[in-house]
Amino acid sequence: MSTPIIEIKDVNKWYGEFHVLKDVCLEVAKGEKVVVCGPSGSGKSTMIRCINRLEEHQSGRIAVDGIELGDDVKAVEAVRRRVGMVFQSFNLFPHLTVLENLTLAPVKVAGVAPREAESTAMALLERVRIPEQAGKFPGQLSGGQQQRVAIARALCLKPAVMLFDEPTSALDPEMVGEVLDVMSGLAAEGMTMICVTHEMGFARAVADTMVFMDEGRIVEVAPPAQFFQSPANERTRRFLGKIIGH
Amino acid sequence: MNRPGRWIKANLFGSPVNTVLTVLALALLWQTVPPFLDWALFSASWGGGSPESCRQAGGACWTLLAERHRLMLFGLYPYDQHWRPLLAMALFVALLAASSHRRCWRPWLALAWGALIVVASLLMWGGVAGLVPVETAQWGGLPLTLVIAVLAIVVAFPFSILLALGRRSELPVIKAVSVGYIELVRGLPLVSLLFMASVMFPLFLPEGVTIEKALRALVGMTLFTAAYLAEAVRGGLQAIPKGQFEAADALGLSYWQTMRLIILPQALRLVIPPIVGQFITCFKDTSLVTIVGLYDLLAATKAALNDPAWRPFFVEGYLAAALVYFCFCFFMSRYSQWLEREVAKGTR
Ligand SMILES: Nc1ncnc2c1ncn2[C@@H]1O[C@H](COP(=O)(O)OP(=O)(O)OP(=O)(O)O)[C@@H](O)[C@H]1O
Ligand SMILES: [Mg+2]
Repeated sequence: MSTPIIEIKDVNKWYGEFHVLKDVCLEVAKGEKVVVCGPSGSGKSTMIRCINRLEEHQSGRIAVDGIELGDDVKAVEAVRRRVGMVFQSFNLFPHLTVLENLTLAPVKVAGVAPREAESTAMALLERVRIPEQAGKFPGQLSGGQQQRVAIARALCLKPAVMLFDEPTSALDPEMVGEVLDVMSGLAAEGMTMICVTHEMGFARAVADTMVFMDEGRIVEVAPPAQFFQSPANERTRRFLGKIIGH
Repeated sequence: MNRPGRWIKANLFGSPVNTVLTVLALALLWQTVPPFLDWALFSASWGGGSPESCRQAGGACWTLLAERHRLMLFGLYPYDQHWRPLLAMALFVALLAASSHRRCWRPWLALAWGALIVVASLLMWGGVAGLVPVETAQWGGLPLTLVIAVLAIVVAFPFSILLALGRRSELPVIKAVSVGYIELVRGLPLVSLLFMASVMFPLFLPEGVTIEKALRALVGMTLFTAAYLAEAVRGGLQAIPKGQFEAADALGLSYWQTMRLIILPQALRLVIPPIVGQFITCFKDTSLVTIVGLYDLLAATKAALNDPAWRPFFVEGYLAAALVYFCFCFFMSRYSQWLEREVAKGTR
């Protein structure tokens, strides 16, 4: 087996007194698609936000592509160049057009020439199927369109890994499909992905590995077939029973 | 009934109370408007060259303005050199007008402002190109008001942004310094700050070094305005959702890139009204520099009225000064409303 692109080992994190992440261990191989689920407040967001250091962990080791995250600013920069992130609330920059949202980081952070950044951006907008919206402002788009722009924006820096934190939870039901389609397309092209989501249909179709978290711990890691048919853990069973519904 | 007739009946005489109020208002207008028009227009003296002509006319003495406007506008500046501040002001107003067009928001505009400041200072100071040198102590009137107001605003604005960012900084020292500065300055009246800048500031300077009085007043105005502006800017910063910072971090933007490209453009457009309000306040507050012995527009007006022959007509003098203040403040206020609409275009 090749070396993992993401390595999380014995990670602990506290918010003040509150122990959010407890001895979390996870390895993600290049090209692997991981879907993380679990009850609200179980630490899913916190875990994936530690991977690009939007949150700091207090003990343990997190490394991306062999670069360990710590107080070293250069390492954080290097990791962020390799990791794209998509948020539940899109977080597009409302004062910039769609195209400017996409070209900002390549031009300002990676030093790409504006022309080249624009053509990359247009190609990505084609890929998420909204090239005609390039000149609009985020506020003029539907939620589904905004989230697709956000995915394209994260892809602009050509990341090795994509993190998704409940990308469809803020969307109206009829828009969920268009975003999941884009994500499935990305998965089919071999992108390494970690998705926090409760879209179990998507998980079944796309995931290589399912991760179940509860109360700050990773309780179960399994391939989807096994995870959905015969989960080993009692808590996983109860959770699946609740969200899939019988 | 025709439409205006219907409107009048509905809005002015719709009920007994309305009718009474309408009649009272009409009576009040009848009592005040004709006498005012008589004073300001029909019985006014429009020229004639001397206070005598005003006394004979019995109404407003606009002759005063015809005769004394140069003293009111330029104060102690040498009389035969008045074209210099006049030209400087004309350039300034022209550039101000150009700056208010979005088409002109290009890098050259900043250069033009820099050039204006240099050219205007040289014009006012002289000593080059055969211009007679004029000390700042002799500057006065509207040019002085504009110089102090504009420079105070131009310097205080970036300074206030740093203060606002400092106040939200995670570095304890920077935060403490910013909070301390803002609270200290906001706890002082402008008058005392001007006095301190004027009297105490020189005490801290080495022997023999003196700073122009106008510059000291300018420093006082700047420090004062920056503290208030900083709080307005901070209000805007606080309104920006956390997700914007996170998205910028995730894309790998540095702190200063995040602030310059993402946060400040959004924060500042939210607080255009209080910021422009502070600019207007600063413009009007320049009239306080008179207490440290500078002749701004108001003080120059007062000085121009010092002649016993003209003194009875101070109302006309102050009205004219008020009108000048009003024009600039009204322009800023309207401009801020336009700017708000302009920057909101498309984003909502
Ligand atoms: N900045 C913070 N300070 C203190 N506690 C926090 C902070 N952020 C999150 N928490 C707490 O940490 C726990 C884990 O939060 P997290 O957002 O990771 O959960 P989650 O699994 O993503 O839940 P959800 O499904 O609701 O998004 C929660 O109990 C939350 O209240
Ligand atoms: Mg979450």
